[in-house]
Amino acid sequence: MADTKTTKTNSSGIRRREFLATGAAALAVGVTGFPAVLRAQAAPVKIGLIHPVSGFIAFSGSQCRAGAELAIADINAAGGIKSMGGAMIEAMLADSQGKPDIGAAEVTKMTEAGVHGLVAGYSSAISLATSQEAAKTNTPHVVDVGVSDSIVSRGLSNTFRFGPGYGKVAEMAVANLDTINKAAGSPAKTAMIVHEESLFGTGTAELLSKQLPGIGIEVVDVIKHANPTRDFTNIALQIKSKKPDLIIPANYYNEYVLLARTLRQQKIEAMGIYSVLGGAASNLQFVGEFPEAAEMIMDCNHWYDPKSDVALARRKAAEAAGLVYTYEVFLAYNAVAFLADAIERAGSTDQDAINAAMASSTWDNHGMPYGPTKMVNGQNEGAQPVNTQVQKGEIEVIYPEEFASAETVFPMTM
Amino acid sequence: MPDSAIIIPSVLNGLTTGGLYALVALGLTLIYGVLHIINFAHGALLMLGLYAVYFLNVQFGIDPYVALLIVPPAMFALGYALQRGIIGRASHGRDENILLVTLGLSIIIENLSLYFFRSDTRTVDTPYSFDVVEIFGAFLPYPKVVAFFGALITAALLWLLMSHTDLGRAIRALAKERKGAQLVGINAEHVFAMSFGLGVACLGVAACLLLPSYYVNPQVGGGFVLIAFTIVVLGGMGSFVGALIGGLIIGVVEAMGGLFLGESLGQLGIFLIFILVLIFRPTGLFGAKA
Repeated sequence: MADTKTTKTNSSGIRRREFLATGAAALAVGVTGFPAVLRAQAAPVKIGLIHPVSGFIAFSGSQCRAGAELAIADINAAGGIKSMGGAMIEAMLADSQGKPDIGAAEVTKMTEAGVHGLVAGYSSAISLATSQEAAKTNTPHVVDVGVSDSIVSRGLSNTFRFGPGYGKVAEMAVANLDTINKAAGSPAKTAMIVHEESLFGTGTAELLSKQLPGIGIEVVDVIKHANPTRDFTNIALQIKSKKPDLIIPANYYNEYVLLARTLRQQKIEAMGIYSVLGGAASNLQFVGEFPEAAEMIMDCNHWYDPKSDVALARRKAAEAAGLVYTYEVFLAYNAVAFLADAIERAGSTDQDAINAAMASSTWDNHGMPYGPTKMVNGQNEGAQPVNTQVQKGEIEVIYPEEFASAETVFPMTM
Repeated sequence: MPDSAIIIPSVLNGLTTGGLYALVALGLTLIYGVLHIINFAHGALLMLGLYAVYFLNVQFGIDPYVALLIVPPAMFALGYALQRGIIGRASHGRDENILLVTLGLSIIIENLSLYFFRSDTRTVDTPYSFDVVEIFGAFLPYPKVVAFFGALITAALLWLLMSHTDLGRAIRALAKERKGAQLVGINAEHVFAMSFGLGVACLGVAACLLLPSYYVNPQVGGGFVLIAFTIVVLGGMGSFVGALIGGLIIGVVEAMGGLFLGESLGQLGIFLIFILVLIFRPTGLFGAKA
């Protein structure tokens, strides 16, 4: 009876020795064969996104966050970090509220929570604070938009900027303006600069004030304004009294909109509004809401390559997701994608390996008019702004010629 | 030193901007005058009013000035409900509680707006957005001229309401002597809620007149509420005439400050006035002595 029972038992499955052997083999496979998959699933790559999604620059901060999240979604949908067994990227979100100290505090929290890389912080002042805090733990940090040149001149081995700084922007803005002006017979001889009071506006204005006389354009006045400024009539009146040929604004979105509206209301006639990093001049929302005020405005700003299929496909996808495709969206998208590419090549979340991978990056799947990435002291040397002009309700690239989608109209007709 | 030719246009512009400030301050001073509390949710409620005007325009094509028929009554109802349902109940009759409740309300309203409306800055494009009225060589934006006269009319209507209606008399009685007013049969809870509702309705008027020349985002109220507090202190807490005159003074001081001190320092003058009034005339220009 006992045998019969044994036989019955054995007939329904496997013998004891086979069971033990199979169990041991399974255990061995579990230890050696599966861990790569298990580790990838259990340990996603954590990327911290620190942006001012509340406070006076909340619109821009939210756009950055949206762009960064789009990038993460695309990377994950394409299989994650393949060199790490398809590890998914997990976003850690924080709000700097537009304040550098809060941005830095969020970095501390994230590093304690095991973040593997950071993308921050939209404004120059916040980016300076977040990158410095991240440097204490050597956490890889990519600046998405902040344009101050100080960000990449402090010798921080963890800090990288994919886009251009204001030194490069001002240099190109002046050079391109010179070309545009000369092509029209050099009609513009004077300019007024209107800039916001933070690091970005002040730094840009200082550089422009120094460089414009070199191309024969006298800066007749420089007006600094607070954030927020509720009324631009005074500034418009001062512009009107000095009659500059060119008005050069460098400010954030809200103030730019009010300034452009007021210039129109005060019937100010200039040869051109030539923005440098203008908050709204290269913004489809502004162009859509105030086509009359926006028409013919030129801007030297971050913009994608209009001839790149990658860039056009991303714009289409972002707009399908309900986003206004502003520069914040594609710069933050690319900052995340650049960091993810470095992690892919590093094949681990080791900080030194990621930083080294970013430093040696030749990534080119960005759709920007930059060419392959070439980092020198944390700055992408190929990064450059382009000149745009609002023409018939669309933002067209007018310069450099290799990326141009339309001819320049200058002097403008207001 | 600015060109002398732009001083008169700048003063005129300051007056029209001051009219807008006065509109925001009128509601604040009314609420203070009766409830004796500073409404920290004032900026957040202005923002809600601006969103209401924006969505009426974008969704239904209703002009911001036509929205005057809809938004102020809706804001009145909201204010009445807030006072009756939340502020009055949660405060338990203690002023310090009311301060905290209104502060909490402002945080909730702003964050809900951030969640539902996102942080996008939104504007409306009306047929008169770029129209101007020419006075003494100055181009005054049409929406701001309308807002200036809107402030005058709103202040006059509030004055009429307070001095010539039973509700006004009840409000004044409660503001002066709460227990006495209750003893003669005035329903204090109802009148408090009416006062709060009227204050919030003023914000509705301000929103309709402001949006054609400004923008809305969840943080927009903060930029106005600090100015409104200064105006209320300058004009005298609880005084409509004070709020109107105070608003105009602040508008001109801001414009002149910007012109002579530079645009980024222009607001120094406003806060200098604030400090001087507190030192030398704590009751404000038209405020009653405590």
